[in-house]
Amino acid sequence: MPEKILESFEIRRLEILDPKGEVDESLMPSLSADEIKKMYELLILSRTFDQRAIDLQREGRLGTYASILGQEATQVGSAFTIKKSDWIFPSFREMGVYMTLGYPIHQLYQYWAGDERGLKAPKDLNIFPICVPIGTQMLHAAGAAMAAKYKRDPIAVITYFGDGATSEGDFHEAFNMAGVFKLPVVFICQNNHWAISLPRERQTAAKTLAQKAYAYGFEGIQLDGNDIFAVYKGTKDAIEKARRGEGPVFIECVTYRMSSHTTADDATRYRSKEEVEMWKLKDPILRLKLFMERKGLWTEPYQKEIEERSRQIIDEAVKVAESVEPPHPEDMFTYTYAKPTFRQLKQMEDF
Amino acid sequence: MPVITYREALNQALREEMRRDERVFLMGEEVGLYQGAYKVSQGLLEEFGEKRVIDTPITEEAFTGVGVGAAMVGLRPVIEMMTFNFSIVAMDQIVNSAAKIRYMSGGQFKIPMVIRGPGGAAHSLAAQHSQSLEAWFCYVPGLKVVMPGVPKDAKGLLKSAIRDDNPVIFIEGELLYGTKGEVPEGEYTIPLGKADIKRKGSDVTIIAYSKMVLLAMEAAEELAKEGIEVEIVDPLTLKPLDETTILNSVRKTNRVVIVEEGWEFGGFGAQIAEIIYRKAFDYIDAPIERVAARNVPMPYAKNLEMATIPNKARVIEAVKKVLYFD
Ligand SMILES: Cc1ncc(C[n+]2csc(CCOP(=O)(O)OP(=O)(O)O)c2C)c(N)n1
Ligand SMILES: [Mg+2]
Repeated sequence: MPEKILESFEIRRLEILDPKGEVDESLMPSLSADEIKKMYELLILSRTFDQRAIDLQREGRLGTYASILGQEATQVGSAFTIKKSDWIFPSFREMGVYMTLGYPIHQLYQYWAGDERGLKAPKDLNIFPICVPIGTQMLHAAGAAMAAKYKRDPIAVITYFGDGATSEGDFHEAFNMAGVFKLPVVFICQNNHWAISLPRERQTAAKTLAQKAYAYGFEGIQLDGNDIFAVYKGTKDAIEKARRGEGPVFIECVTYRMSSHTTADDATRYRSKEEVEMWKLKDPILRLKLFMERKGLWTEPYQKEIEERSRQIIDEAVKVAESVEPPHPEDMFTYTYAKPTFRQLKQMEDF
Repeated sequence: MPVITYREALNQALREEMRRDERVFLMGEEVGLYQGAYKVSQGLLEEFGEKRVIDTPITEEAFTGVGVGAAMVGLRPVIEMMTFNFSIVAMDQIVNSAAKIRYMSGGQFKIPMVIRGPGGAAHSLAAQHSQSLEAWFCYVPGLKVVMPGVPKDAKGLLKSAIRDDNPVIFIEGELLYGTKGEVPEGEYTIPLGKADIKRKGSDVTIIAYSKMVLLAMEAAEELAKEGIEVEIVDPLTLKPLDETTILNSVRKTNRVVIVEEGWEFGGFGAQIAEIIYRKAFDYIDAPIERVAARNVPMPYAKNLEMATIPNKARVIEAVKKVLYFD
């Protein structure tokens, strides 16, 4: 008897906006001029935030910081489609997502300066705290999605993680749970090509990360993560699908970590200048600018104005962050349990 | 004696053991090209090649389990945890496999494997990235647990750990890598299960390990100015524990302070206290004092972090308390 093919799959890659700023009109999502300008302004704001964070770290005013440089389109483009009622489970390199959602910027600086209170999300935002152990938040996302289904909440749960995280067991287990239970969760991988010094090719022998979803019974797509329109469209479709109860989607955003892993790392020691230079040409902000210029949405004065505005917003945020009083020792006991234990109460007497 | 860093001492131990025994190999995240997240494996990839210095994907459960499998059939893996915080995702392999396979196979299989990397409090790394987990490992039959505080011990103990036929949890002090100390020239080992007297004294015994040894030393210097002579016992190996050295010191000084960086409740110091109460009850003149972390996750904020982990003032206060000075 001849062998049969039981299943085969294809991996789609979505690209809309190229590095020269030209778009494929047939794929272009419907976005108003104002929306496009808003996206651009968020990209600039994110980059301004990031640069200031690095400067502050160098001056000793911030702790170790993980830069988002080069990954802004992946973050702004995806978060642009998220609604306030949705839930977000980030890893630790998603400051652009926070800014797009309108998270108080001073709290982000407060957090990176070493103050957990910075992660206390405003009441109207469903965003989970930053997660240090790689990949564990993906399971929480699956759990929140299960709860949404349970409560018949028509929301989507979005979780972010890196290419390196796809090697952890939690990634596979979260995918499996999401597939089996058809959970309304959107998995967004920021494939920035590096996990500290380990390149993407050493992370998995698979050709794409997107294809991993197929082993768990749902769709994975790859898209150009430096193309904000592709990210927006890919995420929007996935979120809507999840909201319709049609199950999870995995989105691999191919981008590049332009900076070192964190401010404590020096990437020049393990990767080539040529590679970095090559990616500079694919800069996500530059290409949106070129597109907007062509459409008459971008001018020099406009650029100056939004840069100035971003600087003011960031200046103000830093000022507010640095004026916050340090936390009181009582806080650490207060938040460990619903009520401090007997032994904690004893220890609290020391303060 | 040459003075080298804790990091260099560990590096020498790895290098010497890899030269001595072809079956020894190093595996983990960033151990090769990057030379280790804390640069402990500096130069090892160069000398031993990719076969024996293996950079893995980010997958702790996997490389720990793979280590167990390789150890079962005759290799001697050294598994590096980027930090012990991440060993938590590999706990099943450590507790249910590495520790138990010898027992469950009636001694057919041994797991001569070292799981090493930094542990303990690290500054400004917060709840999930800065904690002391040694008490967990000590609880599990089948595991040995080693926690050196100075370069000489780090080198001699790591060499013994690699030669040991049991799984050894080797926890390095995350903030100790840059500290310096004298290390004997040439080949030496320090046996597992043997404590070391770090300072001689007759008034009080402080039992401390890892970074807390340095803290105890500082406190002892200050107390000496007031005429209080502290004896410092460093267990070096928490399991199996050298009870004899500890008890001999206690029988001499009659007063005990135990300092550890981990949480107070259920901490390893509680086990030491139990041994002293049970075996030297008649020799102690004051209730044992323990200095440990507060029972809270490690705060991110510097001021809270300082309020949580043991400091010199708390050690001095505890010493004075067992001496009934207040
Ligand atoms: C369980 C666990 N193992 C190891 C680490 C150390 N670590 C922190 S970031 C990182 C690399 C993550 O790479 P990737 O997932 O690609 O995210 P990126 O840093 O590129 O955003 C590693 C190994 C960790 N935080 N958690
Ligand atoms: Mg990455």
